[in-house]
Amino acid sequence: MSGAVGREAVFPTRQSLGLMKNKLKGAEIGHSLLKRKSEALTKYVSIPITISRYILTFHLLANRRFREITRRIDEAKQKMGRVMQIAAFSLAEVSYAVGGDIGYQIQESAKQARFRVRAKQENVSGVLLPSFESYLQEGVNDFGLTGLGKGGQQIQRCRETYARAVETLVELASLQTAFLILDEVIKVVNRRVNAIEHVIIPRTENTIKYINSELDELDREEFYRLKKVSGKKKRDVAAADAEILAARQRAAEEQAANPEAAAKTPSTKEEESTDVLGENEDNDVIF
Amino acid sequence: MAASAATSKDRQFLAVIGDEDSVTGLLLAGIGHVSDGPDADKNFLVVDSTTETSTIEERFQRFTQDRKDIAVLLINQHVAERIRHKVDAFTDPFPAILEIPSKDHPYDPEKDSVLKRVRRLFGE
Repeated sequence: MSGAVGREAVFPTRQSLGLMKNKLKGAEIGHSLLKRKSEALTKYVSIPITISRYILTFHLLANRRFREITRRIDEAKQKMGRVMQIAAFSLAEVSYAVGGDIGYQIQESAKQARFRVRAKQENVSGVLLPSFESYLQEGVNDFGLTGLGKGGQQIQRCRETYARAVETLVELASLQTAFLILDEVIKVVNRRVNAIEHVIIPRTENTIKYINSELDELDREEFYRLKKVSGKKKRDVAAADAEILAARQRAAEEQAANPEAAAKTPSTKEEESTDVLGENEDNDVIF
Repeated sequence: MAASAATSKDRQFLAVIGDEDSVTGLLLAGIGHVSDGPDADKNFLVVDSTTETSTIEERFQRFTQDRKDIAVLLINQHVAERIRHKVDAFTDPFPAILEIPSKDHPYDPEKDSVLKRVRRLFGE
């Protein structure tokens, strides 16, 4: 698998090795942080349920598993169905009491919304979650119910029922919104976690391995070269020594055979010094 | 995320698309709002058997895309069925779209766009 992700295109130098090591460390830290974030969010998904406590009175928050969400939203929606049914029934009562259809009148008299929502925001692991809160706008005189001579009491009750139903709906809506946003964020975070885990970390490790092997190779090359050089040096020195020794022997023999040659000794010394110079030259050529 | 956070502050109304009874009841609760100005814009739409699907689509578009002051859009499920492709295609967090039952059509969780999405996420 590590072969599949390849490596980054870098020069195998010590500097880039250091860079890669830092990058790997950073990736590992990032990975653990993101993983924790993802876990925290996944857990949190179940918490927005608390906002819908009206809907879910019978539910304890003991089980915080992500999968529970579906069921809870499901149940909340079923409950919503019942609430709406009750509300519809109370509207039917109104129609009965008024003795006619009030729909048109009510639609015509709607001017300013009395029932409004405001969005609050909650910060969960860096994710801004909105939650809607319903409130009644002050000073909005809705309807006045002009012309509705009969059934005022039923209408009042119906309004209250519907207001409660709408509150439930608003809470369900904020639950739903929180869920959608969280879900989106969790997906993104998980994608990053996976990318770091399966691409960035293996690739960086591969690069480090590659740089290390290249550096080792360079080391071996250097070692071999140094050995070669020192071997050659040794050989040269030995050759020079042998030459000097031979020259001395020759000089001694000549001296023994011919004592006047003693005057030539300084010239031999000169020769020796040029030999040394020659060796230096050799060295220079090699290096 | 920041952009949606900024816009969510201004969203304070509910909107409703539904049959007459649902709309009447919700208006009784006081969610009805008619904007000022010459092009008075209502935040509710009554749908009956004679309403064109294109009208519903147009209002849905208006409530979800054009108007920035709507926080929650309530829509009867049987109405949502008529414009299901539009409801399915809408995935933004704002406004929240809530499918509600109507008197004649009980709620069926199988059809709900959000629940369908949730199920798909869990691979069920």
